[in-house]
Amino acid sequence: MPEFEPRIVAFVCNWCTYAGADLTGTSRIKYSPNVEVIRFPCTGRIDFMLLLKAFAEGADGIIISGCHPNDCHYTSGNFHARRRWILFRGLLDFMGIDVERVQFSWVSAAEGAKWADVVNTTVEAVRKLGPYENFRKIDRAGAV
Amino acid sequence: MSRIGVFICHCGENIGATVDCEKVAAAAAKIPGVVHSVDYKYMCSDPGQNMIKEAIREKNLTGVVVGACSPRMHEPTFRRACEEAGLNPFLCEMANIREHCSWVHEKGDPTTEKAIDLVRVIVEKVRRNKPLVPIKVPVTKTALVLGGGIAGIQAALDIANAGHKVIMVERSPSIGGHMSQLSETFPTLDCSQCILTPRMVEVARHANITLHTYSEIESIEGFIGNFKVKIRKKARSIDMKACTGCGLCSQKCPTRKIPSEFDAGLGTRPAIYVPFPQAVPNKPVIDRLNCTYYLKGKCRLCEKVCPTQAIRFDQEDEIVEADIGAVVLATGFEIKHGDFFPEYGFGKFKDVIDGMQFERLASASGPTLGEIRRPSDGKKPETVVFIACAGSRDPAKGIEYCSKICCMYTAKHAMLYRHKVHGGNAYIFYMDIRAGGKMYEEFVRRAIEEDGVKYVRGRVSRVYEREGKLIVQGADTLLGAQPVEIEADMVVLATAAVANDGAEELAQKMHVSYDAHKFFAEAHPKLKPVETNTAGIFLAGACQAPKDIPESVAQASGAASKVGALFSQDELTREPVIAVVNRSAPPLYSTCVGCFLCQAACPYQAIEREEIRTRDGKLIKTVAKVNPGLCQGCGTCVAVCRTKAIDLQGFSNEQVFAEVMALLDRSEPDAGI
Amino acid sequence: MKLGFYPGCSLEGSSREYNESVMAVAAGAGIELEPVPDWNCCGATAAHNMNRELGLSLPARILAKAEAAGMKEIVVPCAACYSRLKVTRHELLEDEELRRRISAIIEYDLRCEPEIINVLQFLDSRVMPAIEGRIKSPFDRRVACYYGCLLVRPHKILKFDRLEDPRSMDEIIRRIGGDPIDWAFKTECCGAGLSVSKTELVGRLSGRILEDARIRGAEAVIVACPMCHSNLDLRRGAIEKAMNRKYDMPAIFITQAVGLAMGIDPAKLGLNRHMVPVKFRERPAGKVPAGPESPAAAGEV
Repeated sequence: MPEFEPRIVAFVCNWCTYAGADLTGTSRIKYSPNVEVIRFPCTGRIDFMLLLKAFAEGADGIIISGCHPNDCHYTSGNFHARRRWILFRGLLDFMGIDVERVQFSWVSAAEGAKWADVVNTTVEAVRKLGPYENFRKIDRAGAV
Repeated sequence: MSRIGVFICHCGENIGATVDCEKVAAAAAKIPGVVHSVDYKYMCSDPGQNMIKEAIREKNLTGVVVGACSPRMHEPTFRRACEEAGLNPFLCEMANIREHCSWVHEKGDPTTEKAIDLVRVIVEKVRRNKPLVPIKVPVTKTALVLGGGIAGIQAALDIANAGHKVIMVERSPSIGGHMSQLSETFPTLDCSQCILTPRMVEVARHANITLHTYSEIESIEGFIGNFKVKIRKKARSIDMKACTGCGLCSQKCPTRKIPSEFDAGLGTRPAIYVPFPQAVPNKPVIDRLNCTYYLKGKCRLCEKVCPTQAIRFDQEDEIVEADIGAVVLATGFEIKHGDFFPEYGFGKFKDVIDGMQFERLASASGPTLGEIRRPSDGKKPETVVFIACAGSRDPAKGIEYCSKICCMYTAKHAMLYRHKVHGGNAYIFYMDIRAGGKMYEEFVRRAIEEDGVKYVRGRVSRVYEREGKLIVQGADTLLGAQPVEIEADMVVLATAAVANDGAEELAQKMHVSYDAHKFFAEAHPKLKPVETNTAGIFLAGACQAPKDIPESVAQASGAASKVGALFSQDELTREPVIAVVNRSAPPLYSTCVGCFLCQAACPYQAIEREEIRTRDGKLIKTVAKVNPGLCQGCGTCVAVCRTKAIDLQGFSNEQVFAEVMALLDRSEPDAGI
Repeated sequence: MKLGFYPGCSLEGSSREYNESVMAVAAGAGIELEPVPDWNCCGATAAHNMNRELGLSLPARILAKAEAAGMKEIVVPCAACYSRLKVTRHELLEDEELRRRISAIIEYDLRCEPEIINVLQFLDSRVMPAIEGRIKSPFDRRVACYYGCLLVRPHKILKFDRLEDPRSMDEIIRRIGGDPIDWAFKTECCGAGLSVSKTELVGRLSGRILEDARIRGAEAVIVACPMCHSNLDLRRGAIEKAMNRKYDMPAIFITQAVGLAMGIDPAKLGLNRHMVPVKFRERPAGKVPAGPESPAAAGEV
């Protein structure tokens, strides 16, 4: 049986993590192709309903990444994201959603190597967890 | 029905070598709504751009997707091409199949498949893009220069000479920076003061420059062309208008033993002082932390002797507000004081000093009037050991980077020592000699060949005191790591150059990025070395990375020319990526329910309240409204909105949800949808 | 209190006095040291220089025996054994693949649970708290604390004290009433294993250490490593030849100094086993023993 290849969606901010991932490319640091990036101006823009949408559409894992605390291009968007994520994670956990599949991290524009690292560790972690069939079953049953 | 054109770039081999571009273009052609899909060697070249322009005209495209490099690189290029062909530029987007795909994965099907995914996502986004019109904003033609060292001085003079107003803010009581402390400068051995002070005076006299010394930035808000800054002028306790700078107060001040910052702690100064004789402005300041009156409530001797009654003990900090259009950050660097190597005994042995202290010893205006005398007993040192890379290029104990200036100034120090102490022995322990620069290598050769400075290639393991001598233990790696022991009278550490105190807080205040070492980050390491990621804020000098004087001056002039270009236009166009609150027909008017969560979340105070009234003035509803001049487009308000009444143009809910769905849907598209 | 204990070869052979003093001090502090059952050679410098797997397997087997016996902490007085055990534990914890390979060799699935503590950590965290306030005869001597190389290096792995200018032994000496000198030879090389093959080099290297201690007025050199001790004590002849000078300064183990302060009989501390007789200068009359708060104690920056 071929090894399970998880599909992971990354929601990243334009100024730090997107630029950091660009730097990973410029530095030619190789990482796993399982992660695909969707660009936002700021992590503060990320509506967490998107996470549920991504799981419903077949994602096995999610990365959310933005500027380090205090370094947000828009001053405080990443703080909003972090605060919202803490609450949302509690809610997801309560609902029985596998919060281990969501990786929240800070990757700055200078941290090309860190981005590769975040991608690779998340891919490995999600690979171990296996496909997220449960959520899709619930979703098909119309519960979410 | 959308009519989208897809253009896949090979970027020579950069994408083409790992991604099957033809296959990507073929797959994109099958996406419903894509009416044109091609691949080409270099999309950003003129022929490449012409392909896009022709396709827009011939196929009447309603959207363009370029699968190429990062949008941070070439989005403006392709959007301009679209605009030239008559398509609204905001209907063009890029799929990043280089930095995020071809450069980071191996050649193969998964990589090509990922590229197809990335293109499909952007096609779905573009399908939902709306034509947007850039916002025009006025430009305030006044620049703020932060920092009054050589970089700040150069930038301020260049901008002012171009005919624009400049406000210069300097934290210490005088401008001049580190350069004013230096003895002589490499590679010509010009006297530092002699070349610097005329420029300092020019800053003070220039009609276009307003100088605020002993001042710091309190806050800054706004955006390119339209910043509002608050400057805190710290209380000098002096009436600057009444003071003539006669210096009587400093002469009479009874508190005289305060280590002088200007002399790097080797000399002393009184509590009311002018940092150095050529200071600009040449007027004193009272150091309230050390002044007897502020400490004990008595003294006021300076007040009694002042012939013009200029002392103001009750003076308070003053906040000055200003409108500015651009900022040049030139806040400089600091040298790390030997903390990296406890075994070198800096702070423990008086005669182990750092490079800046040696500058003061060698300076004619320094505490020894230019004679090299060691701090402990004032004797002329017969043997001096200079240790280069004391903290630099040492990831284990110090910092990874090269401080860049030390090789040259250490050669200069040894040379000056040999000129001033005839028959003295100068040893330099070094890792490599990095003398890249015009006349630099020649300068080092001169130190070795003409001035007899002894270079020892190797590291020093420790410095300790024995019988009045400093024993320097090291290795000579050119003699097969032979241990070397030198009995020295003085040791000079070329300690690492690090980011200035408070650089991190300032960067956060200004919203500019900084690196792991707290140096401010340029927008692009090669092509945008003076810009920051925040439009309208530029960098000059060693606040970006360690630099010598010529480089700082060059970068300062570069920053000044950027400011000049910005100020050459009366109006600036801004990207219309801003939030909007929806409006609909009565009786709803808007889905906004007026909870104003968005107002609390907005970092820019861009959300206003708008009252919707009937024609006779009766209030129907209060809703949110975005001020397009203030909105920066972060979208935090969108994520908090509970009724989805507010949306971000260019990153709308409809677009991002479509992106997620398109990304994960790898099924073959059905024809005819 | 019961702790695991790994003596190693030196403590059973050339440095019996180190073993005796460790045991006497532990007993005095009410601590039982239980030897690792069926322990073997740690491999010291020889094994890991010849064969990496052997160099890791020998200490791994010791760890395995201790782990199987349920030991949580092992006191390792010899600096070389300490280094080998600590480095092995670190390498196996860092590299899962390597851990599996070594586990297969020693036929035990090693989880590396036991912590390794050196003699200074042992004295600082276990002995000193137990004897604080019970110092019978303060060790009122001006001494040179000599750490040698293996207690503090490689710093990345050991993470113990400061690399170039360690202070933990000085601190213990202060706590028992002594006066450690501020000197620069704390971690200089003593010549180590060249003792046999290049004795004259050891004479020169160890001689420099003694010479600096002498200039600064130390009455004794305090050590925490059998190798350092044998070079500074046993090789005194070579040292005197190399330095062309007589040295009567004894080299004693830190545990012996602590034992003396606790009032333990010098014979039980093995002080009679040294090559250089352990004799201290007569105390000048009326001199108050220096306590931990003496001004000299504040000398180190």
